[in-house]
Amino acid sequence: MRNVKIRNWVIGGGTPVLLLAAWWLLSANSSDPFFPPLETIIVRFQELWLFDHFQSDVLLSLGNLFLGFAIAGVAGVALGFVTALVPPVRWMIDPLIHFLRGIPPVALVPIFISLIGFGTGMRVTSIALAALFPTMIATVDGIRGVSNDLMDVARVYRLSRKERVLNVLLPAAMPHIFSGLQVSLQVAFIVMIASEMLGSSQGIGAMTLLAQQSFMTADMWAGILLLGVIGFLVNILFSLLKHKVLSWYIGSRRMARAA
Amino acid sequence: MSARQAPALPIRNRKSTMAQQPETRISATTPRLDVAHLAKTYGSGEKSRTVIEDLTFTVDAGEVVCIVGPSGVGKTTLLKCLAGLHPASSGRAAIDGRTISGPPPEMALVFQDYNRSLMPWLTVRKNLILPLRHLKLPAAELKERCDSALSAVGLSHADNQYPWQLSGGMQQRVAIARALAYRPEILIMDEPFASVDAQTRFDLEDLCLKIRKDFNMTILVVTHDIDEAVYLADRVVVLGSRPARVLRVVDVDLPAPRDQISTRSLPDFARQRTEVLSLIKRPA
Repeated sequence: MRNVKIRNWVIGGGTPVLLLAAWWLLSANSSDPFFPPLETIIVRFQELWLFDHFQSDVLLSLGNLFLGFAIAGVAGVALGFVTALVPPVRWMIDPLIHFLRGIPPVALVPIFISLIGFGTGMRVTSIALAALFPTMIATVDGIRGVSNDLMDVARVYRLSRKERVLNVLLPAAMPHIFSGLQVSLQVAFIVMIASEMLGSSQGIGAMTLLAQQSFMTADMWAGILLLGVIGFLVNILFSLLKHKVLSWYIGSRRMARAA
Repeated sequence: MSARQAPALPIRNRKSTMAQQPETRISATTPRLDVAHLAKTYGSGEKSRTVIEDLTFTVDAGEVVCIVGPSGVGKTTLLKCLAGLHPASSGRAAIDGRTISGPPPEMALVFQDYNRSLMPWLTVRKNLILPLRHLKLPAAELKERCDSALSAVGLSHADNQYPWQLSGGMQQRVAIARALAYRPEILIMDEPFASVDAQTRFDLEDLCLKIRKDFNMTILVVTHDIDEAVYLADRVVVLGSRPARVLRVVDVDLPAPRDQISTRSLPDFARQRTEVLSLIKRPA
């Protein structure tokens, strides 16, 4: 059991290392303008991002991402609750949700960008708006999935409306909400980059596109590398949060599978 | 319908750690729980379905009453009416003469499916605390209530575990402890022991009788197990099906305290379970 775990770690961690090594070796003497040596890319990575443009561009992008995602998360959950619990709102929004469910969230990106424009505030708004729907839809689904028995328990024990929402519905819907947040996070990340690439002069996306348009391919690759690293780290953070908040769910699922 | 014989299994004798209350019963002329001509119909017009038609019975203070009937007879619907979760279509159910219109504060309910009635994101102790939060009790009393409820069901050691880490029988005991910590005067249980193994079932039945004695509670148990009903009850309300109506109320005159081995081997036990069984088996 332990050995299998270690082996999986070695395979999981070793593969990217091997790929990087292969890239390094194969590109070492490259003179192709589109595929510069990895060494050059890494040097440019260090020069550009550590820490010349760190504050002006990296922090700016990350700030937009987190702010937009946070707004989307809070508003998505809140709107999901209102939609699921207030019948007139539900009747109005239900058909819309069924329609939106069929559209991949990324397909909405161009709409937000063209509607909202390119200032910093606008970029945060477009990130928040695009990332809102996955969380909202998941929240509605989550609340509808809460068992009637649980709600009967809440009523028999005379829980207040506030308690029913905060102490029963919210935790019970949390597994659904988190899968919605996961999608929202991906959408927020994509919209962050896309909104910077389209017409902004600041941010990682803008820098990367500018590098590509100025034939500074090493800089372009360095930008892409940075985006990859950020995406990876953000996902790890999210997954840590999820394991903390949903430890009861993960544990009970594991228990159910073992039984 | 299973017709179990008296068990030859050893019954664990659980020592009570609860402060023993003097065994006085509240004597009152009005029954604690009064169900009069209660009816429940779902839907209306041609599609309507009458689940309960004219149920009348009473439960006196400190009594254990069991309701038995074939499955699908509408026992759960009846309990939901009594718990104020569903309004009655006609007739009424009343506590101390007051008509039940919403969940009554003096009542707790133990649900059939412990799996879906405990909050899986809360530890055992926090499950007990959840219904007590709005009572705004002092911290010491909150703790005392939880401690005594957990020790009454023999789960003091499990208070920091999650329900899904416990066996089915233990989960149902958590659900019972949650009801006890709520300190209801009337405890209603919906087939509480239906999905636990036989040994656990005997333990939980005895727990139920101990609760009545220690907490002086009025208890109403719905079950489809006739032996269980006769073993637990002071009176058994036998329901006939489609739509539900009272066939007969059988007074159980078995001596107290009841014991899984000796009570179940009494000739009177056999006679009374036969009486109930023949009522249920008889074509309606």
